[in-house]
Amino acid sequence: MRLYLQKNHYGDYGDGHAGGLEQDANQDQQKQWPLWEVFMRSKQGLDHKHAGSLHAADATMALENARDVYTRRNEGVSIWVVESKHIHASDPDAAAEFFEPANDKIYRHPSFYDLPDSLKHM
Amino acid sequence: MLQHTVQTCIHSDTQLKYLLQLADNALILSHRNSQWCGHGPILEQDIALTNIALDQLGQARNLYQYAALLLTEKTGITTTEDQLAYLRDTGEFKNCLLAELPNGDWGQTVMRNFLISSYQFFLYQELQYSNDGQLKAIADKSIKEITYHVRWSADWVVRLGDGTAESHARMVQALELLWAYTGEMLEPCDYELPFIAKQSSFIKAAWEAKIAAVLAEANLIHPTNDWMQSGGKKGIHTEHFGYLLAEMQFLQRAYPGLEW
Amino acid sequence: MDQTANQLQDQFQQRIDLEQKIEPKDWMPEKYRQTLIRQISQHAHSEIIGMLPEGNWITRAPSLKRKAILLAKVQDEAGHGLYLYSAAETLGISRDEMYEQLHSGKAKYSSIFNYPTLSWADMGAIGWLVDGAAIMNQVPLCRTSFGPYARAMVRVCKEESFHQRQGFECLLQLSKGSEVQRQMCQDAINRWWWPSLMMFGPKDDESPNSKLSMQWKIKRFTNDELRQKFVDMIAEQIKLLNMVLPDPELTWNEQTKHYDYGAINWEEFKQVIQGNGPCNKERLEARKKAWADGAWVRDAAIAHATKQAKRKAAAQTYSAKETE
Repeated sequence: MRLYLQKNHYGDYGDGHAGGLEQDANQDQQKQWPLWEVFMRSKQGLDHKHAGSLHAADATMALENARDVYTRRNEGVSIWVVESKHIHASDPDAAAEFFEPANDKIYRHPSFYDLPDSLKHM
Repeated sequence: MLQHTVQTCIHSDTQLKYLLQLADNALILSHRNSQWCGHGPILEQDIALTNIALDQLGQARNLYQYAALLLTEKTGITTTEDQLAYLRDTGEFKNCLLAELPNGDWGQTVMRNFLISSYQFFLYQELQYSNDGQLKAIADKSIKEITYHVRWSADWVVRLGDGTAESHARMVQALELLWAYTGEMLEPCDYELPFIAKQSSFIKAAWEAKIAAVLAEANLIHPTNDWMQSGGKKGIHTEHFGYLLAEMQFLQRAYPGLEW
Repeated sequence: MDQTANQLQDQFQQRIDLEQKIEPKDWMPEKYRQTLIRQISQHAHSEIIGMLPEGNWITRAPSLKRKAILLAKVQDEAGHGLYLYSAAETLGISRDEMYEQLHSGKAKYSSIFNYPTLSWADMGAIGWLVDGAAIMNQVPLCRTSFGPYARAMVRVCKEESFHQRQGFECLLQLSKGSEVQRQMCQDAINRWWWPSLMMFGPKDDESPNSKLSMQWKIKRFTNDELRQKFVDMIAEQIKLLNMVLPDPELTWNEQTKHYDYGAINWEEFKQVIQGNGPCNKERLEARKKAWADGAWVRDAAIAHATKQAKRKAAAQTYSAKETE
């Protein structure tokens, strides 16, 4: 019995879906290397942050390209790449219903509470 | 990996030749790779290969600077890295023929890089055990860069060997052309012997295993011809090399002794 | 235009006026999108074509240090092109389409790169004058209204600052050198000065797209404003080189507190843009050749990725069956 163990990290997207596997209706599209988004941890302990995009034929190459394009000046210690088409984004037209309801929940913020100055360590 | 120490040469002439050979290989390969800058098959890879050229140039400079220091100490006349790079003629350059051949297409370029970087990888691993502190330091720094060069170039050899019919055919051709120049790297010459006599057979075996593994993954048949071209290490180069130096050394030759 | 379109238009302009950035998925007037695609891709093409004149000296750099600097700089330009193409791609055009426009001659790029690099001093002059002029244009673009463009420009400007410095240092070295080197330096300045001034584009009253671009805050200063800033800066900096700018009319104007400068040869500018510069054909041919020569490489990479993905999928199915 053979078992293929797969180890998944945050930011790992199945490379089975990457590169040219998914047949594109448009012939020209198929010839282009897909677009990838690059996220970089600038130093240990910080979040990965969007750095930019690039083209690559597959995930391995996308990581190498990200290293070659976006870390030439010591900008990163860790890289995530994800094919751009796998990113789901909120709709800017829905921004009002998405984000504005949070505007008036002022009681969620520590400054809402007026406490005596003599109270320490809070 | 062999754990024993690489011997330091007591004879500084030999040491100098050895350093220059390492430096010349790095510089000439960097020079060839740099010719791709602005002409690569896609931006991302243009940038990638230039990174490699910059690494190799950095390695060459470290080695030339060290050689220049030894030369200055020995002769009492100040010598610089630029004198070593720009004022020696073809016969004094010690790089392997493989490094100086024209780039050819992208396939030939990545194949050449793969063949040389793999050799450098096993060689520099050994040099990390050198009891010459300076050389060890250079090897320590270079090995990380070279590890990436091997990874990048091997990926490309596999990608193109196992890509389309055309790319496969081009890689077969590239391998056929370059193979006859690989032997020279692996056979130590007189001035190399004091440094890697014991290690050379290990390096050769490790290199062969690495090459065989990657070629197999790339669906490329391992060449069988074993007649090897040589001469570079002794200063006997290809016809291409004179033009390379004429171009590279032009300003230093046309306007001698100036600071740039 | 119907009511909603007008409303959207107004809302859009309001956001711009409030200095809010526009992001790719936001509603934007079609003309805004097209203007940006044209400007960003033109900018990207300039970076890529701009690699060629300097690339011409990579193999002939006179010292190992200069070789490393030049190589890193030309490589940075590839990076800048890449950042900019990526920014344009968020607007719904692919990089390949943009290349297509460049190669067919439909898209323009900065006319300065159609001039030849004839001596080593040109590397210094390009860094100092051409990159200097580019930075003048680019720094305000870090605040341009389209988010991805502004972010790309922040990255570009961060990297660009070493370019101008290395250029000036290169000329400084020559200016302190032998007679031959000083001549080389002056000659390069003479050849690159006027084309650098043309980089800012036509005079304001003849710049058709400027008004709308200013209103949309794609552009934040006019061509003439930036050109004047550049002249004022260079006219001072050149004193450190002990060289002269090739303009007898260049004088400090006490009233305007700016340098006055002579008339720019706009006929030359027009001709170079139309394809009659010394190197237009060579530059475009070099790019077309690189792209065509690389086609088999790009195709092979996709073919290999496809094969690998299929193999992996097959292996996974196989292992799933075996573990059942």
